[in-house]
Formats: sequence, structure tokens, C-alpha cells
Amino acid sequence: MPEIKNYTMNFGPQHPAAHGVLRLILELDGEVVERADPHIGLLHRGTEKLAEHKTYLQAVPYMDRLDYVSMMCNEHAYVMAIEKLAGIEVSLRAQYIRVMFDEITRILNHLLWLGASGIDLGAMTMFFYTFREREDLMDVYEAVSGARMHAAYYRPGGVYRDLPDSMPQYEKSKIHNEAAVKRMNRNRQGSLLDFIEDFANRFPSNVDEYETLLTDNRIWKQRTVGIGVVSPERAIAMGFTGPMLRGSGVEWDLRKKQPYEVYDRLDFDIPVGVEGDCYDRYLVRVEEMRQSNRIIKQCIDWLRKNPGPVITENHKYAPPARAAMKQNMEELIHHFKHFTEGFHLPVGEVYSAVEHPKGEFGIYLVSDGANKAYRMKIRAPGFAHLASLNEMTKGHLLADVVAIIGTQDIVFGEIDR
Amino acid sequence: MSLDLNFLSTNLKETLGAYIVSLNQAQGELTMVARASEMLDVFKRLQSNEHFYFDQLTDVCGVDYSAYGSEISESGMYLSDEVTENLFKHRFAAVYHLLSVKNNVRLRVKVFAEDDAAPRLNSVVGIWPSANWFERETFDMFGIVFLGHPDLRRILTDYGFVGNPFRKDFPLSGHVEMHYDPEQKRVVYKPVTVEPREITPRTIREENYSRH
Repeated sequence: MPEIKNYTMNFGPQHPAAHGVLRLILELDGEVVERADPHIGLLHRGTEKLAEHKTYLQAVPYMDRLDYVSMMCNEHAYVMAIEKLAGIEVSLRAQYIRVMFDEITRILNHLLWLGASGIDLGAMTMFFYTFREREDLMDVYEAVSGARMHAAYYRPGGVYRDLPDSMPQYEKSKIHNEAAVKRMNRNRQGSLLDFIEDFANRFPSNVDEYETLLTDNRIWKQRTVGIGVVSPERAIAMGFTGPMLRGSGVEWDLRKKQPYEVYDRLDFDIPVGVEGDCYDRYLVRVEEMRQSNRIIKQCIDWLRKNPGPVITENHKYAPPARAAMKQNMEELIHHFKHFTEGFHLPVGEVYSAVEHPKGEFGIYLVSDGANKAYRMKIRAPGFAHLASLNEMTKGHLLADVVAIIGTQDIVFGEIDR
Repeated sequence: MSLDLNFLSTNLKETLGAYIVSLNQAQGELTMVARASEMLDVFKRLQSNEHFYFDQLTDVCGVDYSAYGSEISESGMYLSDEVTENLFKHRFAAVYHLLSVKNNVRLRVKVFAEDDAAPRLNSVVGIWPSANWFERETFDMFGIVFLGHPDLRRILTDYGFVGNPFRKDFPLSGHVEMHYDPEQKRVVYKPVTVEPREITPRTIREENYSRH
């Protein structure tokens, strides 16, 4: 009899299916996983420590770089924490803009997830389809903030500026002739809202396309049905939130249960899974994209009808208008103080959480009255999800580990912070 | 939501009584301070008692209070002053954020580690499995030891890292930096050469500053 012993395998940190820099130590019995030990921290940048050394405003762009596929949702939790502690009122229009961009971000995130986990499980085409739609949403980001990813658009007290009235146009070049440019600019003739509406009108049929590729696909189902099953009780105990929790059948969504901004005025549904396996979590995320689309349409309607200020008039927390600054000494001082010393938050501590595409993203802020945070803790949803990898993969085949990493929607920017 | 909190704080006072060091409601959030020696009893009750039923531990956050309220900053390092020592009796605390999915309510529980030189707290992994990595992170960043933790290893910092980076006496630029050594043909550490610089100094203003 040959001696049989477990085989220890190193997976990552440079592996396309590891979704970033995940190093996994897998203990295998044949092809069956006995133990999975994720080694994380390869992307640790000490965001929380850096935020202690920057003024509150200077720390906003760090938020984009946490979960770098759902940038604005990260910012949202952070600015909400500041607003809560300082008691800043946010105008209704700014709240609607934020909600709309949160949902755009959710679609961005789920599209990347769908494409990437499609590739992981052998559905290469998904990636091209989802990136086609992502491109439009990236243009929306760019039109509103000037940056395609790291927007820094949300500010304490509102958003940086109002939605633009025009979209940037493509220009004729070596590879695009006049006819092509005209076709590409077809939906860019109106305002940003027109562009988003055009997207929202065609997006449901795009989701149908994704579903015809995957939902009844035999291979997709073989790879996901019954894989990584988590019971509802276990999901709660292990700190799951977002689609991971809803996939297990727990109806929990902060947008419904602890509504922030204007979510209580909007009409949308929360999809829930039944089995708690990878396939259910896939269905939940696909349905969430459709619901996000519904929310975006409602926001567009409201934003068209209700112009107004998008950032607080309280110049202790937000800079004054450029024009006012040139004529008024007081405004000039406000501007100077705002961008040098920054604003101070009252002594206290606050926790604010948003329903991030991946789950509950929270910011815990401790202030001792200074112009910088005394301690900022980021509660990243992916951290709790990845912690359960050992339990979720135990007894599964090696190939299923990839499916489970995919279903957890891992992004290392937020896990390693 | 605030009605719920009043109800919750009454319930907490009734059920936990002497276990509560302080209970404070601000910004629509409830913060409770518990003693390190009794923390496991408190958490067990919070989890199982049907009035609370905190079935999810959302987060564990370490805090180093040694520089709290001090604004003297020299080359990125904060120096504690006497004010701070009077504010908080102990240097390290772990802050637990609890959530009850069933009752839709949150609670923050703060536990101070009594020994500043070797901070120790009890692990709550046995109560909420999600504490596993959160406690590892707090151990890594602050050096708080969680007694009874099944696998207390560093988690975010590099293999062989020395120090606890989120302590206030740990400089932002760190102690070592990495570079490729062509002689040894591998990546090696050397003392940090970065000059710490602070663009905006940390300041605390008097209470009514700029409020007119």
C-alpha cells in the first residue's frame, strides 16, 4: 500500500482566478479541499492610518481606492459618517443624485462580477458583453466627475457639482470615420440625464442577453448549483451581508431596513435566494441589476423635475461658489480655511453603513474634535465573506474553490485596505 | 429608530444592570461600555436574550486612545499629554458593533483592555464566528491579545513584520522599507529613508471657534 497523505498547494498570489492578490494555502485530499487558509494583506496600504493623518476632505479620494469597482458607494458611507457626526443637512437633489450614482455603481460592480466570474467558470463571452455596458457607465462617471474610476464626487454636505447639461462627444480619428463618429455620438446629444436614460431603457434587454447565456446554461448550472451552500443562520453568524446573505434566503437590505438618503421614497424589490448556493447568489445579483435600473429611472424622473442646490450652503463644511469668493472677503476666508486647515468635527463617535454592492460597507469614525479623524475603521463586507472561505470550500473539489471565490465577489482593495 | 433605542437602553439596563459601566446615546446610536473581566457574560446575554438577539457581529475595531485630544504632532508622530491620561484610564479598547437582524437594531459595545503594556481581552469567536478575522486584524494592528482565539496570527501585515502599525506611537512612514539587492539577488529590508512630513498639522480648536 502506498502511503497516502494530504497534499498542500499554494494558490496565488498571482492567479487570474484569485481576483487580485489572494494567496490561498489549500490542503487537498486528492482533489477534495480539506482546509483553505487565505493569506491576505498583500494589498494592505494602511488606508485607516493614512486617514488619521489627512484632513477629512483629503481622505475622500482614499475611499475610491478601497473597493475599486464600486467607488462611489465607498465614498457614500464616508461622507454620511461625517454628515451624521457634524449634523450637516444634505439637499434633496444631492440625495437623489447620490442614490442614482449608488445604483449606477451597483450595476458597474455586478457587471464586473458577472464578467469576471463568467471567465472563471469558462464563459468567456460574458466578459465582453458586460464590459460593453460598463463602458457607458464609466462615461457617466467621467462626465460628472472628470474621472472614470476614482471619482471623489461625493463630498460632505452633498456632491461636488450638479449633473452636466452636455455629454462629451467622440471626434473623428484615424480609426473612426465621420459615419462611425455620428453613430457613436447618437445618444450623447442631450444632457447627462438623457444619456443615462438611454442606457436605462436598453439595459433590461442587455440583462436578458446575459441571462440567455447563463441562467439555463447546463455548464453554468453544473458549476454553480449546490456549490458553496450556506444556511441562513450560518450566514448571519459569519457576518455575511448583501447578496451573500440574501442568496441564503435572509431578507436583509439596508436600503429597505434602515433606509438612508431617499431610498424610502423609491419603489424597488429585494430579491432573495432559496438554496444559498452559488447559483442563487448569481440570480440575486442579476435581479439586483434590474432593480437598480428601476431605481435609476425613478431618480432620473425626479431629477428632471426638481432643480436645486447639490451641496450644503454651510461654508464651514463645503467651499463657497467660485464667483462669490472673488467678491466677498468672508467667502475667501472660508475657501482658504476649508482647503488648508479643513473642517473640525465635534467630539464623538459614529458608525454609518450603506448597502454597498457587496454587502454592508461601514465607516466607524472616532473624533476628538480635531481636523483629522482620530480613528477611522472601515468595515469591509468582503473581509467577512473571505473569512468564511475555509468553511465554504471544505469538502468541495479544487475547481469549486474558483466558483466560490467568484461568488464571494472578492475585491482586495477593500479587504486589505 | 430613536424610539427603538430608548426601548433597547431600558431593556439593557434591566437585564444587564451592574454589567454596564456606561450607556450613552448619541447621533441615533447606542454605545455601551463593559468591563473586560465580564465581557463574555455580557456578550452571551446580548446574543441569546430575546429582547436583544444580536445575532451578527458586524465589526471589531481596535482603538489606541493614547493620543486622544492631543494636538502636538512631531514628524507624523503623536505624543500623548496629561490631558489624555485623565480622559481615558486605559490605552487600548476594542469596539464591537453588533447587529440584530431579527429586531433591526444596532449596538456598540466598547471594552477597554486593563493592562496598557500587554493588552488582553477575551475572544468572542465562540459566540460569533465572524469575530475570527476581525480579532486577528485587531491583534495585528494594535497588539491586543485575544485569549481563547483558535488561530491568532497576523493577517494584514507582511510575513515577519515587527510592530503594531495602528498604534499611535508607530510612525506613518513605518520603520523599514524594501528594496531589491542585486548582490544578494533578492528583496531585502533596510531602515526607512522617507522623511516624515505632514502637510496639514493636526489642530483642535476651542469649543466655539468659527461658530458665530
